[in-house]
Amino acid sequence: MTEYHAVIIIGGGPAGLAAAVALHDKGVRGILILERERHLGGILRQCIHDGFGLTRFGEALSGPEYAERFIDAVTSRGIKCITETTIIELTGDKVVTAVSRSGLCTYQASAVVLAMGCRERTRGAIAIPGDRPAGVFNAGVAQAYINLYNTMPGKKAVILGSGDIGMIMARRLTLEGAKVLAVLEVLPHASGLPRNVEQCLNDYEIPLYCRHTVTGIHGKSRLTGVTASRVDEALQPIPGTETEYECDTLILSVGLIPENELSRMAGVEIDPHTGGAVVDEHFQTSVPGIFAAGNVLHVHDLVDFVSLEAERLAASAAEFVHNGRLPCCPVNIIPGQGIGHVIPQRISGDYDAVIAFRVRNPLRDCIVSLMRDEKIIVSRRYKKALPAEMLHITFPEGLDNNGDITVVAVAQ
Amino acid sequence: MRTCICILCPNGCEIEASQDGLGTVTLNGARCNKGREYAVQELVDPRRNVTSSVKVADGCLPLASVRLSAPIPKNMIFPVMDAIRGITVKAPVVTGQVVISDVLGLGCDIVATKRVAKT
Repeated sequence: MTEYHAVIIIGGGPAGLAAAVALHDKGVRGILILERERHLGGILRQCIHDGFGLTRFGEALSGPEYAERFIDAVTSRGIKCITETTIIELTGDKVVTAVSRSGLCTYQASAVVLAMGCRERTRGAIAIPGDRPAGVFNAGVAQAYINLYNTMPGKKAVILGSGDIGMIMARRLTLEGAKVLAVLEVLPHASGLPRNVEQCLNDYEIPLYCRHTVTGIHGKSRLTGVTASRVDEALQPIPGTETEYECDTLILSVGLIPENELSRMAGVEIDPHTGGAVVDEHFQTSVPGIFAAGNVLHVHDLVDFVSLEAERLAASAAEFVHNGRLPCCPVNIIPGQGIGHVIPQRISGDYDAVIAFRVRNPLRDCIVSLMRDEKIIVSRRYKKALPAEMLHITFPEGLDNNGDITVVAVAQ
Repeated sequence: MRTCICILCPNGCEIEASQDGLGTVTLNGARCNKGREYAVQELVDPRRNVTSSVKVADGCLPLASVRLSAPIPKNMIFPVMDAIRGITVKAPVVTGQVVISDVLGLGCDIVATKRVAKT
């Protein structure tokens, strides 16, 4: 028996929750949130550090506090949520098959919101050679162990990757009595935010070694140490530069990958720059009626932008539920020189379109331009542009929308 | 002399701050007053918030995350962590609930940041 819902939201984290609230407030009824874990909140449940909600609420909240505001909003609106549910199939016709404690269920939706978030890149994916002992954890896993399960992953740690999660875990482990020997980063600069280098590493005198990576993992049943090597310009280990670290824990913070198995199943076109869906300014994917927002679309640094993105999606999804279609978006936005990725990848040109992007390398005093046919349409100067900080530029409505737009970043 | 990266806005100004024998602070590299205040604070009296978790008894979760209601001096981080480590709170726990009032006499509270229902 197939149950019908107007909108099915896959994922009850910040993107899914914000979309649900906004859809409801736009008059949509028959919303269903399906969440894999026992509780709503997504990754925010384990992000107990603060800094969430600075732009949205003007307060430095912890992850759980930020999530609670949206969970309460969902509850007070009576929006239906089913937890401990895993979606095993999504079709382009918006049929959702799910497994939960009540068994196998099939749902039919008018619109589907993809809000599944992302996964961490693993040791296997980057092929670190060596033994396969216990004691090698992804940073998010270690974070869940400490913050949700009251379990310390180890006592003496080396961290590979200076992304924000890696640095935050350096601090978390140290606060709970572990010794963090070093944070290793393969690039010439830290990949996370400067505030985290300051407050997670410098504060605790944890050394950061850029241009280094782990080239060996040692241990029989439990990790006993790792080998670190310097890398060259091509990020390849340089023989003869090995250092040995004695440790029982290796924390990996080597990248987040949007989780799009279901999206691919439904025939959604994926952008190789992001690992997430190609979307237009409505946050609609290449499959009409399937939308995406949050980390499943592109990895964010600030949850405030996730909520904003989900709310923009909801405005369009509500229109789709009402009218059965949305205006087409024929103008492609292409990441050009210096730009890693852009979201959305297609716009109509009929409205102000906020384009989110990241630069490929850290730049000082750079100019980011929207160009068409080698002519600059819009420009913005940034005193500092870091890959670690998502930036935004607006394509104004009313401009002639004949021809694709390329976004470029040029250092001064 | 201390160089810090200001965290208040995306400019991320690198500010050099030094203090002479008379306590006069000289700054270099700040672009706004908020940044200047931050740099002086970092040099003279650096403060940090601390986020961690406390054990919960009879709750549907084993831990409740907590943070401080105001930042404390940097050198008090580990003493505050010791104070947190000894605490068990009884469920139900409500966000905003004071877990320790005026911790170590520092003038701020340890406050729960997660709701935990009773089992």
